[in-house]
Amino acid sequence: MRSLWRTSDRGTLRDIALVCLADALVGASFGAIAVAGGLPAWVPISMSVLVFAGGAQFAALAVVLSGGGALAAVATGLVLNSRLLLFGFAVSDVLDGRRRTRLLGAHLVMDEALAFTMRHQDRARRRAAFWTCGIALFACWNISVVLGAMAGEAIGDTDALGLDAAFPAVLLALVVPALRDPRTRTAALTGAAIAVAATPFLPPGLPVLLALTGLVVPHLLRKTA
Amino acid sequence: MPLLAILVLAAGTYAFRVAGPLARDRLHIPDGLERLLTAATAVLLIALVATSALIEGHGFAGWARPAGVAVAAVLAVRRAAFPLVVVAAAATTAALRACGVA
Repeated sequence: MRSLWRTSDRGTLRDIALVCLADALVGASFGAIAVAGGLPAWVPISMSVLVFAGGAQFAALAVVLSGGGALAAVATGLVLNSRLLLFGFAVSDVLDGRRRTRLLGAHLVMDEALAFTMRHQDRARRRAAFWTCGIALFACWNISVVLGAMAGEAIGDTDALGLDAAFPAVLLALVVPALRDPRTRTAALTGAAIAVAATPFLPPGLPVLLALTGLVVPHLLRKTA
Repeated sequence: MPLLAILVLAAGTYAFRVAGPLARDRLHIPDGLERLLTAATAVLLIALVATSALIEGHGFAGWARPAGVAVAAVLAVRRAAFPLVVVAAAATTAALRACGVA
């Protein structure tokens, strides 16, 4: 752990702390929304420890709270989390140690850890960013979900506090730096438009995957230019 | 949501996560594919932002939530601190709802 701190520069540590704080707000929102929606507290808490993926947790929760079945909720969460397969390959160079370390580190593969790992080229720094972000977020996320679940019954109407806007906001803040690349930006905006347009017609979860078709658009534009 | 559903979701999610780190030794990923994976990640995350901001179930989520997320977008582009982005989004949405905007 001490060597992790030494290899991480101050800017990265500060950013990770800020992301932890932001995700703590989102995690508290998740716990509060679930309990205020009538679920027992152990549901959001066990989901956060075992699934540990904000997007899938919110998506599965939305399916359950809108009256969908458990099977639909699981399917939605899994479709959304299929991106973690890509992420796992993208950060696999930092999980190159003993088998036990790899198995443990795999549970920390997520959007935020990937975003921080991608900022660095140097392997030692990538490894430090991944583990620091992963461990810190795992702790913050789960503690905040417990606190949110405890507060949920007292809050009652979580929509009045705007808590449903917290999750898309933190995701956006994370991904904005990647959008400076014009081709990625074109692909992402096209993909988002496709996903939103497809939502009324497809089961929850699938529109987000359909957004990947946006990746071919920059290639088409380049050919016609 | 029964415990079994949570366990299945957790097991499936872990399987997605662990495949890359375990298969790395036997599988070399070319540079081009790695760049494509990075772009694909950004595309999926932005799509998740757009759908979770605009959609509730199969329909429009109302104006208050996307307005809050739009404020977050402006702050994020201007590189505001993460917690500020989240608090501003929730505060905007809450304020609009308090004024009667759904």
